[in-house]
Amino acid sequence: MTPDATGKRWHDMGGDLAHPLAGPIPDGDHDFALWEKRVDALVILAGLKGVFTVDGLRRVLEDMGEDAFETMTYYERWVASLNQNMLEQGVYSVADLGARMAEVQARGTTYADATDAGA
Amino acid sequence: MPHDHHDHAGLSPSGHPYREDQDNSLSYWQAMEIAVRELMIEKGIVTAEEVAAQIDAMDARDPSQGAAVVARAWTDPAFRERLLADGSAASAEMGFDVGPMKLIAVENTADVHNVVVCTLCSCYPRNLLGLPPDWYKSRAYRSRTVREPRKVLAEFGLTLPENVTVRVHDSTADMRYIVIPARPDGTDGLDEAALAELVTRDSMIGVGVAKTG
Repeated sequence: MTPDATGKRWHDMGGDLAHPLAGPIPDGDHDFALWEKRVDALVILAGLKGVFTVDGLRRVLEDMGEDAFETMTYYERWVASLNQNMLEQGVYSVADLGARMAEVQARGTTYADATDAGA
Repeated sequence: MPHDHHDHAGLSPSGHPYREDQDNSLSYWQAMEIAVRELMIEKGIVTAEEVAAQIDAMDARDPSQGAAVVARAWTDPAFRERLLADGSAASAEMGFDVGPMKLIAVENTADVHNVVVCTLCSCYPRNLLGLPPDWYKSRAYRSRTVREPRKVLAEFGLTLPENVTVRVHDSTADMRYIVIPARPDGTDGLDEAALAELVTRDSMIGVGVAKTG
């Protein structure tokens, strides 16, 4: 990316008509999968419990950069941000996360299998 | 474009078409969600019941809540005044808690049309309208709406006369907007419930207008 003298970061999109993806408004509109709703619920609940703020959510999302915005889905970015915030808060460690993800992945090859086995 | 799904045919409780089943193979991010959720439960941050209840509450929210607020404003001048003065308090009056966010209601008139965007992220009055549609979160909508709103509105099938002022409102994490669309002509005989049926999600974002019947 060319340095931008305005000092705007990538997420500050308002008025950026020159961006190649600032084309027609996309016609996407669908309900969310269960795992995505769970990410949303965890973000909201963590906020209500006082271990997380919307500012913390946004900080990590914005620091992920433009590439993540274009290549990851909305709730993929949200779960990555939620996780980073939980790590920073000391809720669990990187080792805890790595061990648990390996365990989850060993339970089955579908979301339902991997979830139900742990429920 | 079929942006507005107010008729609920083949739609989920939150008013969206059902998403194609994603349960083909466990993705990295899905595995992370399961792991994060289990760890948050084990560490006592949340309970499984709270997560389930939060999802139920999310599924129960849809644009009909916002439509009820708009219909009340159309029929009750004192409520309209209160809504324009303090959107959060007026919504709470009707039992719709918008949380700590400041909700600002902006009213369309014969001379002014309002439209809402969040250029920085995806802030949306989700407690009154449910989760935001995908296009609301798109780069195209976020970047263009503040610069060429009439062109954007035209893509939603809404072409406004040149003498109508278009006001674009940029939401923030702490402040949300909802548009009170203009009440359609010829609806004098309708009661509040019938009027609410005319209020579409898109009309409350400002990319559409209320149905005429």
